[in-house]
Amino acid sequence: MEFMNPGAFKANAREALTDENLRSAMGQLAAGFVPLRQAAVDRLPEFDLLRERARELKDHILANLDFYLERFERNCTAAGGQVHWCATAEDARQAVLAICRTVDAKTATKGKSMIAEEIGLNPFLENHGIEPVETDLGEYIIQLADEPPSHIIGPAVHKTKDQVSDLFLHHHRKHGRTERQTEPAKMVAEAREILRQRYLDADVGITGANYLIAETGSSVIVTNEGNGDLTQTLPKIHIVVTSLEKVVPTLEDMTTFLRLLARSATGQEFSAYTTISTGPRRPDDPDGPGEFHVVILDNGRSAMLGGEVQDMLRCIRCGACMNHCPVYHSVGGHSYGAVYVGPMGAVLTPSLLGIAETRHLPCASMLCGRCEEVCPMQIPLPRLLRHWRERAFEGDGVPAAERWGLSIWAWFARRPWLYGQGARLAVRLLRYLGRERGRLGKLWGAGGWTDGRDLPAPEGRTFQELWRQRRGKGGAA
Amino acid sequence: MARRGDPGREAIFAAIRQSLGRPAHSAEARRELDDHIGKHRANLIPQRGKGDGKELVDRFRAMAEAAACTVRTVAAEAEVPGAVADYLRENNLSTRITLAPDSWLSGLDWASQPMLETRGGPARNEDEVAVTPAFAAVAETGTLVALSGPDHPTTLNFMPASHVVALRASQVVGAYEEVWQQLRKATKKGRGFAMPRAVNMITGPSRTADIALTIQLGAHGPRDLHIVLIDDQAGQE
Amino acid sequence: MPPASEKPVNVGLFVTCLVDLFRPSVGFAAVKLMEDAGCTVHVPDQTCCGQPAHNSGDRGHTKAIARQVIAAFERFDYVVAPSGSCAGMIAVHYPELFTGEPDWTKRARSLAAKTHELTAFLTDVLGVDTVTAAWSGSATYHDSCAGLREMKVREQPRKLLGSVDGLELEEMADADVCCGFGGTFCVKYGEISTDIVSRKTNNIAATGAEMLLAGDMGCLLNMAGRLRREGSAVQVRHVAEVLAGTTDQAPPIGEAKDG
Repeated sequence: MEFMNPGAFKANAREALTDENLRSAMGQLAAGFVPLRQAAVDRLPEFDLLRERARELKDHILANLDFYLERFERNCTAAGGQVHWCATAEDARQAVLAICRTVDAKTATKGKSMIAEEIGLNPFLENHGIEPVETDLGEYIIQLADEPPSHIIGPAVHKTKDQVSDLFLHHHRKHGRTERQTEPAKMVAEAREILRQRYLDADVGITGANYLIAETGSSVIVTNEGNGDLTQTLPKIHIVVTSLEKVVPTLEDMTTFLRLLARSATGQEFSAYTTISTGPRRPDDPDGPGEFHVVILDNGRSAMLGGEVQDMLRCIRCGACMNHCPVYHSVGGHSYGAVYVGPMGAVLTPSLLGIAETRHLPCASMLCGRCEEVCPMQIPLPRLLRHWRERAFEGDGVPAAERWGLSIWAWFARRPWLYGQGARLAVRLLRYLGRERGRLGKLWGAGGWTDGRDLPAPEGRTFQELWRQRRGKGGAA
Repeated sequence: MARRGDPGREAIFAAIRQSLGRPAHSAEARRELDDHIGKHRANLIPQRGKGDGKELVDRFRAMAEAAACTVRTVAAEAEVPGAVADYLRENNLSTRITLAPDSWLSGLDWASQPMLETRGGPARNEDEVAVTPAFAAVAETGTLVALSGPDHPTTLNFMPASHVVALRASQVVGAYEEVWQQLRKATKKGRGFAMPRAVNMITGPSRTADIALTIQLGAHGPRDLHIVLIDDQAGQE
Repeated sequence: MPPASEKPVNVGLFVTCLVDLFRPSVGFAAVKLMEDAGCTVHVPDQTCCGQPAHNSGDRGHTKAIARQVIAAFERFDYVVAPSGSCAGMIAVHYPELFTGEPDWTKRARSLAAKTHELTAFLTDVLGVDTVTAAWSGSATYHDSCAGLREMKVREQPRKLLGSVDGLELEEMADADVCCGFGGTFCVKYGEISTDIVSRKTNNIAATGAEMLLAGDMGCLLNMAGRLRREGSAVQVRHVAEVLAGTTDQAPPIGEAKDG
């Protein structure tokens, strides 16, 4: 599996399809999240209206993004926070490193952050002598396994319980644990105890942000474990790494998105912890970090504004699209070879990395529309996938054979008489080949189809041919 | 540090405006957008966030229980220490509790429960039980809201394995938006308001489903969240 | 019952390339259903709706084919396809194709407004509640993606199937989840497609139904192909064949005449 190479999608997918652990994990994911989300939606009659409002609101924010970001900056600074603007991933890595160096940090605890994944923060910090410690249990598991997340809210959703047992046994020896735990409750307790000390020892705590609130200069995280809160409260410094489309005008506006987030993500009414953080510890506060930094990343997002893919910036990272995606269920997140996976990743990754290297991601979809149906922000994912297919087609990423095949087919499709003649020949040939069983088990050039299924044979005449025989040219008698 | 004049910052704002195909907002446009912020308009409040006192308290309780909280109602605040002691005893939990240094909470008669050993201050790693107040509670999803400050160390909400919250029924509101209104009032400063460092919205105990999608409580924060609900609304209906 | 209209309803049948090539009996079933309901059915020269080009990102060829379809079908009162996918292409996607070409956008919109999937046309436009057909046994129905999500076809075929004498409808789990066909997807990413269709055939098998029905030839070829490969005994047919009572006209999809 090539984790960070979207060009390897096909090879990755082939490997994934035979990975029994992954298949078992994906089966559980589909059986779990889909009905849970539906039940949560059914309990809230206003859910679809909320989606409408949230979409309008986010479109308004994106149209005025510069204004709200300035307001955020002003109010964050007024509350004693520091804002760092980073055009590129490298800028963001350097900004985080510079802050860590002010306290000569040895370890940094981390709450779950997709932006940290996007900028490759962990390997960068390690190379600079700072140990990143993931504290979200899923992130912790994949850090032990040395893998990237395979899902934006459940990073280790591809791991079975047995695999986690093995990882814990192997990596917890150095903490004096020698027993292989097999009960999830005991495994969680073991990780809790080990990570608790890491929180206390950390010099810096790094979290992401679900929202930045312009009116208050606050950052907001949503978690179920409470790890993000310990990460940001216990060390001397709290660094928020986030991206510029996360800004919302007011607490009320944040509230609208929150009503959609957990229901779409896990089917919960609300996540266990939503924390609004504003500036560093106040003079009379008994706890909290002494510094509050917000690193705001662009990394290609500003270029998405104003065009067709702007809609993708509405995404609130709930993961509903991948939870409902038949392709994701088959190949898992790692096959995408990218930080962002599933339908949202197949749209966002080309926006961030360019379409040339990422062509497979938007192409590997039936455009079935189930993702758009469940997207709380009404992002037209199939349309955006098609947008990237058009860009790929305009470029030189499409194989010559595919391009030629399409051109020849289209040439005929625009000439009904010739097409009809060709069709008559083709159906007769296929009929002949499948005459005994009514189907073909193999067909030259159609291995993609016949490797996994038979090809039903045609009846032997085209409809138009028979229609003209029966009714005469021109239609009904 | 990034400030005005920071080339990275200017490049980002220029890129945003170029993509949006317009210059920076005019003074008038900024005023309008500031008005949008200043109005704090609610977008859409679900029906379940509305109702009268009793109805909302019942809904809060049901939603909190659905989120794996336990709730016990007491008739008066004087009964809180006893209810906390009962809860700890019934669940075989430590009777050494860390109290939020909140004047109302500390002012309750904890000495009436000799079995309880109390101390105040932020959480220490060895603390097993925290008892805190809440700023408000939201019926919509059974959510408690806590504000950080000298009277409520944030660590108390997260470090101990058990969290007990003493809540007055009159603190229960229907929707989150009502909490924001109260928050702005409570922290009013000049023409604006001063957010506490942390506003914690808490809905049930800590949980994770990161191992095989089975829900486990107490991932990093409390394993159990108990709410002692003081019925201070009797006769108000 | 046909609507008691004075003027005949002229319907252009967009038979779809897959029905034209693989299963003309579905086209005739569609004609019968509409004629029974009092329509006059026309079949102008046609090839394809352009989806293979559209879904491959080839906007140029898509538009050329769309113009041809618009020109051939705009003279009818309605355009009906025994496919939610092709109907969706015309009704949803054609109007989006012609940015900067107001005349073609207008013509595309006007065609889109009168284009329907077959079972939705029968129930929603013609008001047909029942059919006179019989098929003895249990059947399960797969919701094709475009029909379901673009053309809002869900209850219409089930309602009509409810009037088929002897037919018991057994709902499968995840009837609304894609079968993995996806046009050229199933060939370009054949292994993934096979995996997805295998989940579908498991759900079909779990119902114990004797027959699988759907409203789109692409999905049907895919599911029938997989069922036959698995050696399943489940028969596969287009819903129109059962509704029209013409199952004697052709063996089930992917099977030889003598069974």
